[in-house]
Amino acid sequence: MFLQQLINGVALGSTYALIALGYTMVYGIIALINFAHGEIFMAGAFVGLLLAGVFKLNLFLAMAGAMVFSMALGVGVEFIAYRPLRNSSRLSALISAIGVSLFLSTLAMLLFGANARGFPANAFPSRQIQILGAEVSTLQLLIIATSACLMLALELIVKRTRTGKAMRAASEDYTAAALMGINVNFIVSFTFALGSALAAAGGVLVGVLFNSVSFNMGLNAGIKAFAAAVLGGIGSIPGAVLGGLLLGITEVTGVALGYSSWRDAIAFVILVLVLLVRPSGLLGQKMQKKV
Amino acid sequence: MLEINGLSVCYGAIRALHAFSCRVGQGEIVALIGSNGAGKSTTLNAVSGIVPASGGSISFKGEEIRGIAPHRIVRLGISQVPEGRRVFGRMSVLENLEMGGYTLKERKRLKEGMERVFSLFPRLAERRNQQARTLSGGEQQMLAMGRALVAEPQLLLLDEPSMGLAPLLVEKVFETIVEINRMGTTIVLVEQNAHMALAIASRAYVLESGEIVLEGSSADLAVDPAVQRAYLGGAV
Ligand SMILES: Nc1ncnc2c1ncn2[C@@H]1O[C@H](COP(=O)(O)OP(=O)(O)O)[C@@H](O)[C@H]1O
Ligand SMILES: [Mg+2]
Repeated sequence: MFLQQLINGVALGSTYALIALGYTMVYGIIALINFAHGEIFMAGAFVGLLLAGVFKLNLFLAMAGAMVFSMALGVGVEFIAYRPLRNSSRLSALISAIGVSLFLSTLAMLLFGANARGFPANAFPSRQIQILGAEVSTLQLLIIATSACLMLALELIVKRTRTGKAMRAASEDYTAAALMGINVNFIVSFTFALGSALAAAGGVLVGVLFNSVSFNMGLNAGIKAFAAAVLGGIGSIPGAVLGGLLLGITEVTGVALGYSSWRDAIAFVILVLVLLVRPSGLLGQKMQKKV
Repeated sequence: MLEINGLSVCYGAIRALHAFSCRVGQGEIVALIGSNGAGKSTTLNAVSGIVPASGGSISFKGEEIRGIAPHRIVRLGISQVPEGRRVFGRMSVLENLEMGGYTLKERKRLKEGMERVFSLFPRLAERRNQQARTLSGGEQQMLAMGRALVAEPQLLLLDEPSMGLAPLLVEKVFETIVEINRMGTTIVLVEQNAHMALAIASRAYVLESGEIVLEGSSADLAVDPAVQRAYLGGAV
């Protein structure tokens, strides 16, 4: 029973974590809460659905396609809607982000209709299996394994590659990074690309998990993932993963204990409680001024 | 090597630099002294492309560089050690140096650059895997300077390298600056510590409220009554 809930929670939490990473990385570099991030996730889910449903690609290829598409979308959004406002007030950028978010969700509604769509049944034929007495679906295992691989890949990029290191440098000190000869605008694009790709993967996984893809799915998932990022400490990559997992586990536990009508409120109750005790989040650095 | 003519910089309505002109010859150490808020950091940041200039020209080896993006300026051979060091605290010493060599394409040159820095600052070699924020102030200053040297700049801009350091360390930092200069790097040294700056520079400019009020050889400025009163504590 306990193990069962834990696996349910980790599976759900991994998808939150995948989305939360994008919020936290972007905030780390340009101190912007990318309100359109939920819609990048939604766009990824739709592209995955199209590739799997219409073009009959297998789930992994569909996910890869969705990641590439969202990457381009995220980079494009930053270029068009945020970059020109880089030196304006924080509020202008935030309003621009909300505008992009509304634009993308409305566009999706016009293109795909207002009703939720499901993945074809054969996209991932899931089976129930027994692990140490717990009933687990192979779909949940797929979600956990895929998320873990993606996060590991992110960790390697950020810790080992030259561009990943430049990204960490820019998120610590944007100006000092520029003084090293780092093209910080490129690093910002790179960050959006990484975050958007992870969100798209999350979108496809969530779409398959709940068998539902809709124009407004970015709102709910986006808010929860944002809560997860703040919970873990916005700007912190391990924090986003921890926050996502904790949120998923708590939510599933809450539902199992019979508080299912509280499902969506749980995220915010935890968020408020943690922020009262630790305003910088679980693994966050003390807030510092960002350029 | 560096020639600035009539440079003006504004922050909104505040004019931080007005009709600033100076020249720095190949191989020189030139000091820029002045009290807090005079516009010294603004000058270096304008050269590095971090703050936009509203008028005037900045030329490096005969080429106009005003308006060029900061990361391209570094590639031209101008590096800056910013005020307050600004090392990447959550990255290791080694990673900080790697960032200093970000512009180097070949792995081999990066390695050579790091070896050069380690021979100049053996202390950094000992602490190569330590996070930069755990270093002492003096070590952080060494790291900030080392980081700027990995890519072998032709012109090094140093912004108040002695700030917040104990006198013994200040001495050490200035010795290192002279050593770096001897190895062929031209240096612009911004300092509030006018004594030390004038001791190692060949020439100096005195900046007040965004304008140059005095310039000349360090020897002349060191005995100038106005400089002594304002920056050298009056003692002869
Ligand atoms: N980012 C900024 N925004 C607004 N004013 C600034 C900024 N940076 C510096 N200033 C102002 O410009 C003037 C020169 O500053 P600065 O170049 O830092 O002086 P110094 O390095 O000689 O102490 C000061 O009056 C300072 O208040
Ligand atoms: Mg200064």
